[in-house]
Amino acid sequence: MAEINPVLLKELRQRFRRGKTAWLLALYLFTIGGFVLAFIYLNWQSAPGYYQPNRSLEIFITLSVAQLFLLAFVAPGLTASVISGERERQTLNVLLTTRLSTWSIVWSKLVASTAFVVVLMIATLPLYSIVFLYGGIAPGQVPGVFGFYLLTMFLFASLGIVCSAFFQRTGVSTLTTYGLVFALTGGTGFLAAFLTEVGRINRPETLVNPGFLNWVVEFLQQTNPVFVLLKILAAEDGIQTGVSLGLPYWANYTIFCLGLGLLLLFWSSRLLLPQPRGRFFRLADKRSHGDGFSG
Amino acid sequence: MIKLKGVTKQFGTTRALDNFSLEVREGLVYGLIGPNGAGKTTAMNILATLLLPDAGTALVNGRDVVQDPQVVRGLIGYMPDFFGVYDGLRSAEYLEFFAAAYGVPAAKRSRLIKDLLELVNLPDKGEVYVDALSRGMKQRLSLARCLVHDPRVLILDEPASGLDPRARAELKEIIRQLKHMGKTILISSHILPELAEMCDEVAIIEHGRLVTCGPVDQITRSAKGARQLKVSVAEPVPDLAGFLNQQPGVSSPWVEGLIVQFFYQGDQSQQARLLQTLVSNGWPVIEFSEVRRNLEEVFMAITGEEGLPNGGN
Ligand SMILES: Nc1ncnc2c1ncn2[C@@H]1O[C@H](COP(=O)(O)OP(=O)(O)OP(=O)(O)O)[C@@H](O)[C@H]1O
Ligand SMILES: [Mg+2]
Repeated sequence: MAEINPVLLKELRQRFRRGKTAWLLALYLFTIGGFVLAFIYLNWQSAPGYYQPNRSLEIFITLSVAQLFLLAFVAPGLTASVISGERERQTLNVLLTTRLSTWSIVWSKLVASTAFVVVLMIATLPLYSIVFLYGGIAPGQVPGVFGFYLLTMFLFASLGIVCSAFFQRTGVSTLTTYGLVFALTGGTGFLAAFLTEVGRINRPETLVNPGFLNWVVEFLQQTNPVFVLLKILAAEDGIQTGVSLGLPYWANYTIFCLGLGLLLLFWSSRLLLPQPRGRFFRLADKRSHGDGFSG
Repeated sequence: MIKLKGVTKQFGTTRALDNFSLEVREGLVYGLIGPNGAGKTTAMNILATLLLPDAGTALVNGRDVVQDPQVVRGLIGYMPDFFGVYDGLRSAEYLEFFAAAYGVPAAKRSRLIKDLLELVNLPDKGEVYVDALSRGMKQRLSLARCLVHDPRVLILDEPASGLDPRARAELKEIIRQLKHMGKTILISSHILPELAEMCDEVAIIEHGRLVTCGPVDQITRSAKGARQLKVSVAEPVPDLAGFLNQQPGVSSPWVEGLIVQFFYQGDQSQQARLLQTLVSNGWPVIEFSEVRRNLEEVFMAITGEEGLPNGGN
């Protein structure tokens, strides 16, 4: 179809019309921009006029990590309400009686909500170019970082959408999404470090299966956004396990994000179908009546 | 056009629909009446492909709602009992969104939206934001929304609830026009008189079961087996209730101050004779009228529940 998907168009209209959107964008740029400028200013103060590739790389790394954390805050906030919000506003039922497939609803909601995040990131490109001008960064690194952001955002957004389809309330959905995103960024990182310690304290021969433990640690760090970002930035090699997962780390991360994200989106689209009664879908089953008596 | 056969739907321990069957012929305006919790919304949600029945079949134009939900969605326009509208969208955009969602070709949409807004008496509201419309306007916009894909069947869940009398009258007029356009309309309410005026046939549902169904006058006639009458007197009189109780066709009189109410079985000339009897016996009658009964009382009259007299008494 040449025509833009109706849900996507509608969502974009609604989102970009709200004053909130402009404010968020301004706030975001202000935060990140202020940070970069402050960094450059301090640098300039300490050694005026000097070419400092190392310092520049430092800014680049800090900027990129900071942006990852902002993503982790913004993406769930934007996506965790997309379905539950419609349910709470009592617009979902009507939407589900149109001829749009639940898959296209879920998909357009994902694109519409992440479009804003993409706008946020594109808006920060000039800041990156400032850093880039100072040198010290390989040309491939900037696109690498942006590809990484896109993948990570896709995963976070899918998490938000599945939560908003699964839970009745936006509040619960938002909290759960933040919890999951935190587990995925912080949690698995700590777990990897913890398991490494376990392996180190115990002598290898007392472990049930040291090879397996190493594999788990490697898997955890290759799917952990923070580890992967640091690796792209060539700042950190991570935990040395000596295990190979078969593909380069960036390919593994791509597969992980796309695979899990698509799976979650597919599940979301299933959750929107009328449910036969079943254990896992109970929560979803109540929705048709849900808020019936508030209006 | 619409056919429900033995439909059962259970929510936990509540049986919202219990072996419920219904048939609506093409071109009819069909009323579904029942008190709160009777299962009207459940039946409509099943028809609207939003709920799966536990047992039984539901067909729209011969297509099964479970097997062919996409086809059925194209056939029906559904308006839920409670619904919201999107903020940040104008009325025309709102309709355009749904037209697109139903696959109406882009070239036809602007003309269609204009016509629809005209049909529901909102011709100058196209550029107004949806959330700024009044409740009655939203209701009408929602009705227009049901029509964007020119469905053959309309399923309207309590469309008149929350509307003032004037808006109700307008709604009735719109429904009349839609009937004229050949649509089959299933409409629910818990107020019988509200539906009686605009429906060709009605079905009464309670506890998920069909109580009775048929043409409106037939239902009201059978319900007339026990109408509720009210007599007001000018001054307190002893034992009016006792006197009434001895009259033919009168049952269960009860007194509240200067008013006596009772159930009455008999036609209008018999009713006139009752009034004559009262007056000629010296009762100071100042009012003698039929109480517009709510649905529950019609139920009781029809089903003979709660020890009240029924039609065959
Ligand atoms: N999703 C649900 N979960 C649990 N119970 C439900 C659900 N939907 C409906 N019910 C129950 O099923 C019964 C029928 O509900 P339904 O909404 O169909 O009634 P109704 O006739 O539309 O009533 P009203 O006039 O109040 O709209 C009620 O007892 C209700 O509590
Ligand atoms: Mg209802």
